[in-house]
Amino acid sequence: MRSKITAYEEIVKSIEDGMQIMIGGFLADGTPELLIDAVIESGAKNLTIIGNDTGVPGRGISRLIDTDQVARVITSHVGLNPRTIEKAIAGTLDLQLVPQGTLAEQIRCAGAGLGGALTPTGLGTKVAEGKRQIEVQGKTYLLEEPLHADLALLKSAMSDEFGNSFYEGTCKNFNIVMAYAADTVIVECDQLLEIGDLNPNTVETSGILVDHLIKGAKCDY
Amino acid sequence: MTINIPIKDIIAKKAAAELFDGAVVNLGIGLPELVANYIPEDVEVILQSENGILGMGPHVTDPAVDHNCFNAGGKCVSLKPGSMLFDTTTSFMFIRGGHVDIAILGALQVDQTGSLASHEIPGKFIPGMGGAMDLAAGAKKLIVATSHTQKGQPKLLEKITFPATAINCVDTIVTELCVIDIVDGRFVVREMSADISKKELEELTAAPLMFNL
Repeated sequence: MRSKITAYEEIVKSIEDGMQIMIGGFLADGTPELLIDAVIESGAKNLTIIGNDTGVPGRGISRLIDTDQVARVITSHVGLNPRTIEKAIAGTLDLQLVPQGTLAEQIRCAGAGLGGALTPTGLGTKVAEGKRQIEVQGKTYLLEEPLHADLALLKSAMSDEFGNSFYEGTCKNFNIVMAYAADTVIVECDQLLEIGDLNPNTVETSGILVDHLIKGAKCDY
Repeated sequence: MTINIPIKDIIAKKAAAELFDGAVVNLGIGLPELVANYIPEDVEVILQSENGILGMGPHVTDPAVDHNCFNAGGKCVSLKPGSMLFDTTTSFMFIRGGHVDIAILGALQVDQTGSLASHEIPGKFIPGMGGAMDLAAGAKKLIVATSHTQKGQPKLLEKITFPATAINCVDTIVTELCVIDIVDGRFVVREMSADISKKELEELTAAPLMFNL
């Protein structure tokens, strides 16, 4: 099995203007901060960021909002990041708000080869505008389409060199599903193990989905 | 002399009284989070947090540096014995799939048809809906916990004017003044504070009230 360990500089070089990037985490818990550093250092502009939220001031996706590298955000909640709200109201950031469960399913569909999800969430609200409604077994659902990305930036508690990964506590959140839904997947791990040292019972992301692996700031390998 | 309890705690305590033993409960960010502090001793509920917990315990005030369990408001929390941790996709299978018995959400406005506005004041306040729309769609019972008025203006209306978070979904409204069930498109007052008259309550509510006290 091939090691996915990649130099930080190589990751910085691979981030390009206009990319659509998924970033794992929930209020910056389970967000790869070193990979956020890499996006900042790349100077890439006009990015679309897909994530549960935009972090909290000083942490997570918030740091990319502050550097003006982001043109568009697809997310479910920005209530704990006043900067995102200010920019969206000022019109300098295209903020697309999606119900949290719908966002997860759209990402899952892209990763699972499905053409969309049928959900009752958002019926009768602005979320339903412009979307097809489909009746199944006597109930009405909204058709929500798959959501794919060029790049997914994820954060694990433990990964082996092949990229098999485990996420701890409430840091699983969007990390697990996003690993399936991007052309290139980069994992930042707290703890790096040799291949064979991560118990298969605990693997939540298979290394076959992971392209690059980097040791996080907390890594003690 | 009465002790001044903050209004939000009065609301939280009344909302907690709506819970039943064994219920799977999701508490929204903000005021609903406080409900956890007032759950009666003889009632055991299983708290679901949409960021990935079933069996959430009390807040942790002195977390270790590697603490990795948070609630949906980002605060450090503990886990109760018998808890489970999971990802967002699984979390919304619990929520949307009808496996959560009661969701308690805050409100900007709520109306007599059970429609709720909680996530947007156009051009002013756009925090986003987070998990609220999915909870409204999937929870077996939706309780709104809110102050009865905002700066003197009623929040309980005939029809919401802010963008809807959910249509015809709210079952019960708990405020500092009363508990209201929504029955066939009407506000039915089930419980009322002793400090207020029916007439006063009607004046603070922008929709007709029925009383079933």
